[in-house]
Amino acid sequence: MQNGARIEYDYSVAKLFTFATILFGIIGLTLGVVLAFQLAFPELSNLAGEYGTFSRLRPIHTNGVAFGFTLSGIFATWYYVGQRVLKVSLKESPFLLAIGKLHFYVYFITILLAVVTLFAGVTTSKEYAELEWPIDLLVVVFWVLWGISIFGLIGIRRERTLYISLWYYIACFIAIAMLYLFNNLEVPTALVSGYGSWIHSVSMYSGTNDALVQWWYGHNAVAFVFTTPIIAMIYYFLPKESGQNVYSYKLSILAFWGLMFVYLWAGGHHLVYSTVPDWMQTMGSVMSIVLILPSWGSAINMLLTMKGEWQQLQTNTLIKFMVLASTFYMLSTIEGPIQSIKSVNAIAHFTDWIPGHVHDGVLGWVAFMIMSALFHMAPRIYGREIYSKSLLDTQFWLQTTGIVLYFTSMWIAGITQGMMWRAYDEYGSLVYSFIDTVTVLHPYYTIRAVGGLLYLIGFFLFAYNMYKTATAGRVLDKEPVNASPVAA
Amino acid sequence: MFHWFEQRPFFFAVLVFIFVAFAGIVEIIPDFAKQSRPTVGTKPYTLLELAGRQIYIKDSCNACHSQLIRPFKSETDRYGMYSLSGEYAYDRPFLWGSKRTGPDLKRVGNYRTTDWHENHMMEPASVVPGSIMPAYPHMFTNLVDLDTAYAEAYTVKTVFNTPYDVDIDGDGKVDVALGDYDTAIAKAKEEAKAIAADMKHQAVKDAVANGQVPEIVALIAYLNSLK
Repeated sequence: MQNGARIEYDYSVAKLFTFATILFGIIGLTLGVVLAFQLAFPELSNLAGEYGTFSRLRPIHTNGVAFGFTLSGIFATWYYVGQRVLKVSLKESPFLLAIGKLHFYVYFITILLAVVTLFAGVTTSKEYAELEWPIDLLVVVFWVLWGISIFGLIGIRRERTLYISLWYYIACFIAIAMLYLFNNLEVPTALVSGYGSWIHSVSMYSGTNDALVQWWYGHNAVAFVFTTPIIAMIYYFLPKESGQNVYSYKLSILAFWGLMFVYLWAGGHHLVYSTVPDWMQTMGSVMSIVLILPSWGSAINMLLTMKGEWQQLQTNTLIKFMVLASTFYMLSTIEGPIQSIKSVNAIAHFTDWIPGHVHDGVLGWVAFMIMSALFHMAPRIYGREIYSKSLLDTQFWLQTTGIVLYFTSMWIAGITQGMMWRAYDEYGSLVYSFIDTVTVLHPYYTIRAVGGLLYLIGFFLFAYNMYKTATAGRVLDKEPVNASPVAA
Repeated sequence: MFHWFEQRPFFFAVLVFIFVAFAGIVEIIPDFAKQSRPTVGTKPYTLLELAGRQIYIKDSCNACHSQLIRPFKSETDRYGMYSLSGEYAYDRPFLWGSKRTGPDLKRVGNYRTTDWHENHMMEPASVVPGSIMPAYPHMFTNLVDLDTAYAEAYTVKTVFNTPYDVDIDGDGKVDVALGDYDTAIAKAKEEAKAIAADMKHQAVKDAVANGQVPEIVALIAYLNSLK
């Protein structure tokens, strides 16, 4: 490439992953709504025999959203952001382009296999690590391919300094590689014994040790799938969309390295009052509180990026999405530490407040950020305006209402349940039988299901708007600098 | 000081790895030896119980039921003695769960019976009015995979020294026998007959009499072993 010439970025891989994000988003969210309705109306659990029960569908929902929807979103934005902040096009390296495409196809097949095997009841039961060993190996393959893509592109970069977003993508790659490998160490039983199903395996760790490794992984899969790559997105897309510089470089550094150092310690808060040693439970609680600092550091850095430009909230719907995402990140990262305080945990653990917490994070922070990132990318990768502003606004309000219904109902449900479990009468007997604490939740389960449905409808609007943007949006003659153009 | 790393991707990646890995090394490794020691009286699962445990996992019962009793009076009153680390020494994987949509099952074998479980799996609301648990009628027709259960028992015995075919408590008798494939399968089927004797479902009783083991029989064997 000549000096000073404009770089022609290659978006073929980003487009493939955008498609996967939408597809897996629909699958994952639809299943989530089905699950929510099953809890409110249990007869729905037996409509499809053994393949339709709440218990069988639940892992497909979590895996579908975490590793189908979210990972696709992370990869889609990587293949867009990576080229731009490194000032190098995938076109310049046929090797990296081929790796990118291979990455997509291996990934896509892996997720499809994951869905099929989970439907069949092939699972290791460890949350967010349910996949059996052959699929785990495929996960390792596509992860390595992504690593080649990241470091390959960095290797041929023109921009010497790595932009903040890249720090977070690299952190995601390294941490998940480590966590996933160690948590999924398992022994295929057919290979050892010569009998039984070839796909079955047994965990390398037992009992309390297994729990330790699992929550060290489980908590931090949240950190490095649902947090760091999403921060990577907001650090790129919010400044781009708003035309503002990131508020503080020093705060970026502090928040990043703080997050790296503190996050893994907090895994212990999943094991409060379990059989792991007390010092680890305490460590988990304390470090969860400390974690507020780096988490809020990033969020505040983003919100202050909008300093003096708040009127953009009225004019630019994508800014609305991103600012609300940051706000939900702040809510979620203060809620988590509160739940990990021992006395609060005694009430909150095992209740619906926990899924409530997960969902205000995932729906409000993760999915809002991914959808707004894809909306920002769309005019630039398809060369067209976003198809409809009114759909964009409708989606925003539908989904925001959905999230609020979701987390408020789950807060009430969780605390109600937690308090009922521990209620004693004046004679020192338990007041409620377990089933009392289940039936009382019916109204909240119904509200949650409705909230989830609103969110899902919003997601269909998003999918439709994206599809129309790619196929029928008004053609742009040149790439917009900031503020993604939206048709009236 | 961190600026230097931002222009050197290799060292940047190494530093990130050190920062991230640090907590795991400090938290996880020191306790590994200590935590895997079984408590007195804890025994490995029999083959049939292990097969039932695989059914429990296959249908993700752990999505709604915990197996971890916390040290609170309300929990020990409701479920029994709080959990001890050594009780889980032979649990691969652990099944503590993370959400109680239904009650804890750690000691369910102490207060529920075979026929209670039978009714409950066929139609939960028949024994617990208001239950939101799905029914699991397919467990009465699907046959359990004893081969894979044997494969798992054999694997944990040879790879992790789980004490099958060993006199654990020193009373001169083998506590949990596994033996070779044919012996183990035959013994599991005998065990299944004892469970089926307490059941009412005729098709299940017939299947067991014919040397087959429906999933429900193994699952009940497992649930009864949780004490």
